[in-house]
Amino acid sequence: MANLIAQLELYLPYAFVRYALIAGVMISLCSSLFGVTLVLKRFSFIGDGLSHVAFGAMAVAMILHVTNNMLLMMPVTVACAILLLKGGSHTKIKGDAALAMISVGALGIGYLLMNIFSTSANLSGDVCTQLFGSTSILTLRPVEVWVCVILSLTVIVLFCLFYNKIFAVTFDEDFAVATGVRAKAYNFLIAVIIAVIIVLAMNLVGSLLISALIVFPALSAMRLFKSFRSVTVCSAVLSVVNTTLGILIAVVGGTPVGSTIVATDIVVFVIFYGISLLKGGKNR
Amino acid sequence: MEQIVCRDLKLGYEKTVVADGVSFTVSKGDYLCIVGENGTGKSTLMKVMLGLLKPLGGSIEFVGASARRIGYLPQQTEVQKDFPAAVKEIVLSGCLNKSGLRPFYTKAQKALAARNMEKMGITALAGRSYRELSGGQQQRVLLARALCATEELLFLDEPVAGLDPKVTEEMYAVIEGLNKEGMTVIMISHDMAAALRYSSHILNMGNDFFFGPTADFAARREGGEQNG
Repeated sequence: MANLIAQLELYLPYAFVRYALIAGVMISLCSSLFGVTLVLKRFSFIGDGLSHVAFGAMAVAMILHVTNNMLLMMPVTVACAILLLKGGSHTKIKGDAALAMISVGALGIGYLLMNIFSTSANLSGDVCTQLFGSTSILTLRPVEVWVCVILSLTVIVLFCLFYNKIFAVTFDEDFAVATGVRAKAYNFLIAVIIAVIIVLAMNLVGSLLISALIVFPALSAMRLFKSFRSVTVCSAVLSVVNTTLGILIAVVGGTPVGSTIVATDIVVFVIFYGISLLKGGKNR
Repeated sequence: MEQIVCRDLKLGYEKTVVADGVSFTVSKGDYLCIVGENGTGKSTLMKVMLGLLKPLGGSIEFVGASARRIGYLPQQTEVQKDFPAAVKEIVLSGCLNKSGLRPFYTKAQKALAARNMEKMGITALAGRSYRELSGGQQQRVLLARALCATEELLFLDEPVAGLDPKVTEEMYAVIEGLNKEGMTVIMISHDMAAALRYSSHILNMGNDFFFGPTADFAARREGGEQNG
């Protein structure tokens, strides 16, 4: 134990560890807040699909030598998110197939393009980094950290301002529309924000693991808490704690950051599931 | 005073027309029951009136500027069955149509929600989780939410579906009470006996289209039964 702490003290002064922690905390906070909505709306897989789209866009950006990948990834992912989410809860079946098509298509084409046009010496390493985020969070530049912090703060502020509307649209979209709430506009807003979160989260865990970041904290929180507010708060806290733990473990143990965070999320989910079983099956 | 005027509505999805030539009017304080076999367009009609679906033809007119302030008691959806939400949160969400872009609820809106929970007898459940409640309690929560959204016009989609007989009676009594206070009620119902007993007007969808006072509908039914 003392050994571990000594090791942490050794690593913490390094800027790259601090950057990773700051970016990680912000990203996980955002993703967990909207994760609750996505899970409850039965949209868990949107995160997965959109992240594959982001991967495809990233591949194109690499080929075109765009200096900042985000400039291309962000608009493409946002556009896809709007396309997929605009129908709200009524396009469920069609949306399912569309999602599968877009996500696998983007993944395949993305890899193909990278393979054909890549100038990099270590192609499989590049691809692995993008898919599993193996080291990208540890190589952030200060500019990227700032972009990440500013976008995350914007997302969090928007979530707070629209919290009641997001709840209403999530719980019962038809009621919201019928009583004159502009549900379409709020769905649109949710779609855009989800896309932003996913592009940010690609840095942290890579595009294959983003869903875990979005889904696990929300599901863990739902095991134990009963109101929307407590689930949201718990999910946010869990996500931040898990990400911090995950990054620290990864730095000390030399494991890949993304998968370590996901592993932490899974352990916590199992613990919460166990507690909910012990408390009696009533809350299920 | 007329509140809703529907003229020659054509209802359906894309190319499938489920009902055509539906015309009726709803006046303030009416208790209209929409009855008919499955597939005759009852739910489609309600969706069109609520603005969830566009009619394929014809027109709906809401008379008076405030008439768009409607309350709606939908059928339960899959999503809601295990939705973690406190009763209070759900009832408050009914006030949202008066919020505009304001991010948080006002004191007046919170008071309105509290009043409606009191009225539905669910004040004691305010902190409880929606998914733990019985079917009857859940309906009361959704009704309290609907009352937060409206003072004058209430749409109910099979409000007693899946409730046991005692709770069903209570639910009908609550709805009758609201109607007596001046609330216009429009309800889809499968329960013909209750429709005849409580409603002031009947809209019968399907081949045997009928719209008019409940007494006329009952007389026609009896006549039909004697002839047949």
